Amino acid sequence: MRPWHWVLGLLALVARRLRRRGGETPGTAPGVPAGSERGGDGDTPEPIVPAGSPERGAENVVLGLLGLACVFAIGFVVVYAAFDVAALPNELLGICLGGSLVCIGAALAVVAKRLVVTEELEEEYPQANPEQQREVLEIVHESGSRITRKRLLVGAGLATGGALSAAALTPTLSLGPIWDTGPLDQTPWGRGVRVVDESGRPMAAADIRQRTFYTGFPEGASTELIGAPVVIIRVDPAKLELPANRHGWAPGGILAFSKICTHAGCAVALYRKPLFPVLEPNNALVCPCHYSTFDPYTGGTVIYGPAGRPLPQLPLMVDDAGALRAAGNFSGRVGPAWWAARERPT
Amino acid sequence: MGGAGAADVSRQRHDGLEDPVRFIDERASAAPLMRKAMRYLFPDHWSFLLGEIALYAFIVLVVTGVYLALFYVPSTAQSVYNGTYAPLRGTMMSDAYKSVLQLSLEHKAGLLLRQTHHWAADLFLVAIVMHLMRVFFTGAFRRPRELTWIIGVTMLGAALLEGFLGYSLVDDLLSGMGIAIAYGVGLSLPIIGGPLMLAIFGAPFPGKPEFFGRMYIAHVFLLPAVLAALIGAHLALIAARHHTQFRESKRTTNTRMVGAPLFPAQVPRSMGLMFLVAGILFLFGGLVQINPIWQWGPFHPYLGENGAQPDWYLGWLIGALRLTPSFDVTVGHYTLIPNPFWGGALFPLIVLGVLAGWPFIERRFSGDRAVHNIAERPRDAPNRTAFGVAFLTWVFLIFAFGAADRIFVLAGLSYDTQLYIFRIGIWVVPLALFVLVRRVCRQLQAADAVQAIQEQAEEEAEQETQRPQPVLRSTRSEPTA
Ligand code: FES
Repeated sequence: MRPWHWVLGLLALVARRLRRRGGETPGTAPGVPAGSERGGDGDTPEPIVPAGSPERGAENVVLGLLGLACVFAIGFVVVYAAFDVAALPNELLGICLGGSLVCIGAALAVVAKRLVVTEELEEEYPQANPEQQREVLEIVHESGSRITRKRLLVGAGLATGGALSAAALTPTLSLGPIWDTGPLDQTPWGRGVRVVDESGRPMAAADIRQRTFYTGFPEGASTELIGAPVVIIRVDPAKLELPANRHGWAPGGILAFSKICTHAGCAVALYRKPLFPVLEPNNALVCPCHYSTFDPYTGGTVIYGPAGRPLPQLPLMVDDAGALRAAGNFSGRVGPAWWAARERPT
Repeated sequence: MGGAGAADVSRQRHDGLEDPVRFIDERASAAPLMRKAMRYLFPDHWSFLLGEIALYAFIVLVVTGVYLALFYVPSTAQSVYNGTYAPLRGTMMSDAYKSVLQLSLEHKAGLLLRQTHHWAADLFLVAIVMHLMRVFFTGAFRRPRELTWIIGVTMLGAALLEGFLGYSLVDDLLSGMGIAIAYGVGLSLPIIGGPLMLAIFGAPFPGKPEFFGRMYIAHVFLLPAVLAALIGAHLALIAARHHTQFRESKRTTNTRMVGAPLFPAQVPRSMGLMFLVAGILFLFGGLVQINPIWQWGPFHPYLGENGAQPDWYLGWLIGALRLTPSFDVTVGHYTLIPNPFWGGALFPLIVLGVLAGWPFIERRFSGDRAVHNIAERPRDAPNRTAFGVAFLTWVFLIFAFGAADRIFVLAGLSYDTQLYIFRIGIWVVPLALFVLVRRVCRQLQAADAVQAIQEQAEEEAEQETQRPQPVLRSTRSEPTA
């Protein structure tokens, strides 16, 4: 269609409007043909939707709101095009698009409140249909008149369905090592593995100071593995109360624990001061997720919060070059617990 | 319409609608359906709009989500960030996080759509929960609408999971911590935990790179498809048995409904609501910042952040995980039930299970198997109302404790003190409320009964007046012609 077609159409519309308005008699509702007005002659059928009185004011409000919606929508395009991506104000985009939609919503609300014929109708609630229920059953039962061993056939059908479903679901076993839960226990640590920092530099025992904490990783392994990161701290060796079988795990008071909380697997990212020195004289490792708190002095035991297991400790040793190395694997399973797996298998 | 075809057609206006209507009816024989649908009745009460708000939030989610999906990269492959956000330049991060940063900061209108999507998700769940409460407290779930209710509760569960997956996909520090906890909770499921998590993640946390592809397909296809199907079933069931309604006039009975038709009354109302919901969401998306992902930085399993809070609809799980005392159920050296199971898995299962089963639980107690089309006022079912208030309070208090670290920062009440207050409060407060609410309901009922007697007396008095002594005539009664 050419533009002038549109112009002509528009003109015709306006002309018709004007003519109609001229001929309008008070009380005539638009949309209801003249013959079927209330009080018209008796032959014409009742309208389905009763006539209402026109509301030119409301129409004007709707027109205004729609116009505003147009302006906002065009504004969105303009803002999008006018600004450079770095300077583009998100607020302005939101105001334009949101404003346009809100205006349309408001226009519709005015239509609903003031321009639509209000009706209050009554209707019976739908009921259940016992007659048809019976017929459904009848159809099903009567359709089986040629079948003699119904139960057997239904059973065979169900069995086939089960078998096929099993076949269809089997490929999901390839999703992961479902039967082999071994990987859950593996860590990249072992006797002699050097401790490095985030950028792969070996960590020297001499650099580990008290009252702060470091994150260490096994040399040559991915830092993204759940079994990799350890928290390294130095404490006063005289205050250590490690379990008897961890003798020599903390050279010079340097301790290493898995950094993965035994509760639900967040990183134990906080190292806090004693909160109330009389009762808890020591620093403690805290997980920010649900505030499980572990006491490094006693080998990572839980002193607060929901965790049900101590933080696994990594035995350390210092090599001839003064670098930290693992002296073995963790004292327990790393990360959140699962069915039947509490201690590390020997 | 009427029978005399030619005459009828001639009196109809010609405004360009006849052709499409005839076209559709001739091809689909759909005129009877359209005719019926247009006069489908809606009862007029504001609380019936809550479900619609959820529906429209879902539509906004789909529309904005499709747009976001055009830019998102579901990959955990690590590379160095060189984008426009200076503080993160030079950091190693996943392609997923990088794509969301780019979408937010380097694509025009990307941030608007992402924030609108996030706000819409929050509103979606708010509306679902409010709608659920309306249906619960008015007994609208009763026969014949139990199935509609169960589908609704299922949608709540699906929506929670969908929302969680949504902000997990960003792969910033916050979402990584969320996935870690989900992994811990999944692992804690008795017997199946380990194999199930290995299947989903492909390897121990943080899983294989494919894991993000799996979350992605679940978030953008599987769960939305499930939700859309359930929404369709929910609406179809409502259309089949119609809405319940309050007994607002004498004409409203258990077998008869009064309302406004879909067309013309309801269409502009509903569409108006849809545009308002969408508009307000876009205004929020533009004006109110939500989840500024660039502030958190990328996730790595060895990083954590204090003071992190999930989206509101997961707060109840955080609260439950934090409230559970420290214990694993063990036998010798074997764990039977790890700690996160209680707060992270059992608790939501109980809540959703009780909700889903409520029509049947209530029926056991009340023995009421009748068909109900009238929405009860909460006071008229004191036991249900009292239970509902107590149950929701229980969940809400656990939810509130999820923000205990925030409460500490804001109000200075130590976390530890709060822990003990809440551990007792979550049991005592709901019990007390149960007793209290039941009593209040009964008293309101009694007051109603008194009023009913009064009104009846007045009515009788009015009948009296029809005899020739107008002395007893009440001021409230209408003169009868
Ligand atoms: S994950 Fe550490 S306390 Fe829950």
